Amino acid sequence: MSDITPELVRHLASLSRIDLHDEEVTSLTSELGQIVESIAKVQEVATDDVVATSHPIPLQNVSRPDEVGETLTQEQALSNAPDSADGRFRVPAILGGEQ
Amino acid sequence: MAADKLMDYDAALELFEPVLGFEVHVELGTKTKMFSHAPNVFGSEPNTNVTPVCLGLPGSLPVVNEQAVRYSISLGLALGCQIAASSRFARKNYFYPDNPKNYQISQYDEPIAFEGSVEIELPDGSLRTIPIERAHMEEDAGKLTHLGGSGGRIQGASSSLVDYNRAGVPLVEIVTHPIFGTEALAPEVGRAYVGAIRDIVLSLGISEAKMERGNLRCDANVSLRPRGQEKLGTRTETKNVNSLRSVERAVRYEIQRQAAILAEGGTITQETRHWHEDTGVTSSGRPKSDADDYRYFPEPDLLPVVPSAELVEQLRSELPEQPLARRRRLKADWGFTDLEFQDVANGGLVDVVEATIAAGSSPAAARKWWTGEISRRANADGVEVTEVIQPERVAEIAALVEAGTLTDKLARQVLEGVIAGEGTAQEVVDARGLAVVSDDGALIAAVDEALAAQPDVLAKIRDGKVQAAGAIIGSVMKAMRGQADAARVRELVLERAAAE
Repeated sequence: MSDITPELVRHLASLSRIDLHDEEVTSLTSELGQIVESIAKVQEVATDDVVATSHPIPLQNVSRPDEVGETLTQEQALSNAPDSADGRFRVPAILGGEQ
Repeated sequence: MAADKLMDYDAALELFEPVLGFEVHVELGTKTKMFSHAPNVFGSEPNTNVTPVCLGLPGSLPVVNEQAVRYSISLGLALGCQIAASSRFARKNYFYPDNPKNYQISQYDEPIAFEGSVEIELPDGSLRTIPIERAHMEEDAGKLTHLGGSGGRIQGASSSLVDYNRAGVPLVEIVTHPIFGTEALAPEVGRAYVGAIRDIVLSLGISEAKMERGNLRCDANVSLRPRGQEKLGTRTETKNVNSLRSVERAVRYEIQRQAAILAEGGTITQETRHWHEDTGVTSSGRPKSDADDYRYFPEPDLLPVVPSAELVEQLRSELPEQPLARRRRLKADWGFTDLEFQDVANGGLVDVVEATIAAGSSPAAARKWWTGEISRRANADGVEVTEVIQPERVAEIAALVEAGTLTDKLARQVLEGVIAGEGTAQEVVDARGLAVVSDDGALIAAVDEALAAQPDVLAKIRDGKVQAAGAIIGSVMKAMRGQADAARVRELVLERAAAE
């Protein structure tokens, strides 16, 4: 049995700001459950001496010097914005407090 | 909004023990942003210091600023932390328009620096050690302007405007362990701690650390637990605390507010609170639980940062003297009282006073000039003291006073001349003819003339009323247009009055 419950799906949907119908919750619970179970199979072959991998590419310390490069103009920056004012992006009223 | 009920501070301390914790964000003064080559500059036109990375445009990829990493390691070392052999970035997911990617690149389980401590000095001169849990690298968010609400508030706003110039500016967040045992000094400890972080950051030269500009921001966590209770109380996290004085006031306020609630059997809501500088109160922000679900996961677009031992040791060897140790050393060297040294330190004048003394001035004279006349001018003109005059020039003036060439009053005129660009102190003295009249002949003539003009005063002096000499000294100084050493004039007045 998978750890994915309808409650968890609803919670994830809420965190992701996705509005789900009940039917969608039901189908996603089953689909996400199958995905989790499939991936869990990897655990069966991973022994204790295999450390968790976050970066499979054998590279580290990829960085750049602290030098200014090309930037967008204000017009370019705002060109895809649905709405703007005073050189700024305009967004709908924000409910709730700041992070 | 109803005013919060507050308990008397001393009464609150009798019933409860305050436990503190601080999160201080430091904006690094790199030339460019944390993950993009956009300039890291304050005060530009909105949305001009941006690249596709800053705007979170599809397909854009972050690349780490190596200078920001070096600064972060230096700061970690200055905080006495261990530097992680391997450190990685993580995505902190949240939806808010100040953050165009819908996640902030931060660090979670592998911060660049961890487990350190900072020594702080309280106003009474006592020392305390604040335990540091971690210092991690992350990026700043954009800036929101709320429209339509009263006074720019988010409540009732019809829409908000976003400027992403600040989005992606490198930050280091310094997190303390819980701080116990501060007792009634909790507010002072908070202030001294944030002040110590500011001093360390300034000594490293990695940030301008201006709190009023948001270069250095403090979130203050406060909780209370009843006397004798082991378990920690519920904490609040007060944000928007933008000056050292506010840190002190906000901590004190939260202690008094929480104590009033707990004493009546109420419970503290775990939440963020906003500090209001103008009214001196905190107000409820948003509820915050330990279960805040940011769904952190390793940032796949960035590779681990693995600082070499050579780099860490090189940065360690380049660390400046710790500001607190330096302050204590200089205070002893200069022979200043606590108050005198505080004047210098609070005015941000330690460096210029040190340079002036190095250029030959006595500590007392250097202190007097910088905390007095020069600070007054800098404040009046709204500039930094270093823009007013060079320490070497101040030392020249102090030397002329020391040698008896100038009185304090004349020295102020010389200072004016030097500031006006009339040359070195000596050049101003020569050009303006400001040297003290040290020719006793000229002084004696003026003294005799003044005594003859005021026979009643002369009689009083002869009767032993020495304080009457003041009137004669005043006349002589006036005749000499202030260019005489008042002490010498006084000697001559008493001498001549007795002689006749």
